[in-house]
Amino acid sequence: MVIDPDLLAHLAARRQIALISGTNGKTTTTRLTAVAVGVLGPVASNSLGANLPTGHASALAKAGATAHAILEVDEHYLPHVLAATQPRVVALLNLTRDQLDRAKEVAMLARLWRDTLRGQPIHVVANADDPMVVWAASSTERVSWVAAGQRWFDDSWVCPECGGSIRRERRNGSVDWCCTTCALRRPTPHWTLHGNAVVDPRGMCHDVKLSLPGEINVANAAMALAVAAEFGVRPEDAVPRIAEITSVAGRYTIVERAGRAIRLFLAKNPAGWLEAFDMVDPAPILLVINARQPDGFDTSWLFDVDFAPLRGRPVLITGERAYDLGVRLKVNGVAFTHVPSFAEAVMATPPGRLEVIANYSAFQKIRVELDRAE
Amino acid sequence: MRNESALRIVWVYPDLLSTYGDRGNLLILAHRASLRGLAVESVEVRSDQNLPAEADIYLLAGGEDAPQVLAAQRLAADGGLRLAAERGAVILAVCAGYQLVGGSFVANARMYAGLSLLDIRSDRGLTRAVGELAGEVDVNLGLPMLTGFENHGGRSILGPEARPLARVVVGVGNDGRTEGAWAGHLIGTYAHGPVLSRNPALADLLLRWATGIEFLAPVDDTWHERLRAERLAAVKAA
Repeated sequence: MVIDPDLLAHLAARRQIALISGTNGKTTTTRLTAVAVGVLGPVASNSLGANLPTGHASALAKAGATAHAILEVDEHYLPHVLAATQPRVVALLNLTRDQLDRAKEVAMLARLWRDTLRGQPIHVVANADDPMVVWAASSTERVSWVAAGQRWFDDSWVCPECGGSIRRERRNGSVDWCCTTCALRRPTPHWTLHGNAVVDPRGMCHDVKLSLPGEINVANAAMALAVAAEFGVRPEDAVPRIAEITSVAGRYTIVERAGRAIRLFLAKNPAGWLEAFDMVDPAPILLVINARQPDGFDTSWLFDVDFAPLRGRPVLITGERAYDLGVRLKVNGVAFTHVPSFAEAVMATPPGRLEVIANYSAFQKIRVELDRAE
Repeated sequence: MRNESALRIVWVYPDLLSTYGDRGNLLILAHRASLRGLAVESVEVRSDQNLPAEADIYLLAGGEDAPQVLAAQRLAADGGLRLAAERGAVILAVCAGYQLVGGSFVANARMYAGLSLLDIRSDRGLTRAVGELAGEVDVNLGLPMLTGFENHGGRSILGPEARPLARVVVGVGNDGRTEGAWAGHLIGTYAHGPVLSRNPALADLLLRWATGIEFLAPVDDTWHERLRAERLAAVKAA
């Protein structure tokens, strides 16, 4: 679909808008933020992850007149969408390798963000733990820094400012970092995390009891609360609302099928897989790998993921590129069984919980099979 | 305590040269050596450390422009890789690593001196080469068809001291005709990331060179072979 470039601007006019971007966690953080800002009234949002300008236009048109809009934006489209929507807040989650055969390399993307944000009258909410994000956000005046954590270090060992080395040191549960040659370093965060609690800039501690699994979603909630705060939402008003979210665009939902309780996780890149391992329960697990256009045609990244956390539990694999995964697991010392299809994987596991981690097109296909595609 | 008899595999500068699953080559070599009962010591040497000159296998991987330039400069200043190459140590150089072991390469629109360990020089192509790569390997190496994935903007020209690694069947490689290069115990390739995943025979060649063991015990390559067959069938069909 080709849309009138003015259409998005037209639909965005007279709304207070926040854009959410980053490699991982966009859809979940957008949902958390939209629900948090919902304290103020109806919110327009592309809640199903359609994160290109056509998806934004369609979400805004469908929502009718709303005072607020929270939009998930593909990392590469941030300049375009920012120009069209004139947001009040931009949230930057993280930048790591993702589908490198078609995506811009990480340093190029950080520069694109930095150049896009420079001199803009925008409040930026940014992850203080990701050097690439910090550098990108530092071209603006007003930033709320959130200690949202970083699980994947291997795309930010080289300083984006000067080419020097980034040094990291573990300190009181978080990782401090600085460039060894220039002034780039971890800014003092305004928002921090302590287990399941988020501490706001006033020092108030908010116990965030999410229905969504994993530490990473507490970090996503902190980002969401920081964005909502810029619209005047108090964290204590938003926290009870975000606790009620149980599923985000088909992720995390438990679907009953043939006596199995199947829970779906989407993981699209190495950092996303590490986060998924952090979230799954100790149950049989099915890994599904495709390499279609939306996944990226290159499966090399499988060797960036350490699958060792899965040792000792029943592991099944399937998908169009299951053989790439088979080699990876063999080398990783993870025993597994290859099955021809998702349906056969379900029947091959005993009744009870089955955790499923799939990459993008594999995830969508399974959702269709489970009749859950929206 | 170091095991003096262990096979030492060095991944050169993973802080600079590491994209696209490059760790895979280290993991696969170590795994295949272990399966043969060989003691293995895998060493990751960061760019702020000295590169040991006495290891058995050195792996150089892919990287973006700025890290590639930095890696070439630090390797030249360090001198360890040159000493290793001069005494015939095994080197597998992939993508950006392949370019920087040559005489010169282009990054950020400038030409930089490489390490001149391999008689090639690299330039920028008009288009980026992205996709499946397959080629008939030089008969002197006795390997089956090379299969891999390439993602690079470079074009490489071989001098008389280097031989092409393969004749391109699918993809671009050096120039659309040849792919990679080799001389002595140094192999360079544009098949990026975990090239050994699809080419276990290449992994075993490196292990034979490094250990001097002419006949390595066969290992179960079911999954490697399934993957090879699938990828070669896919490029044939395309």
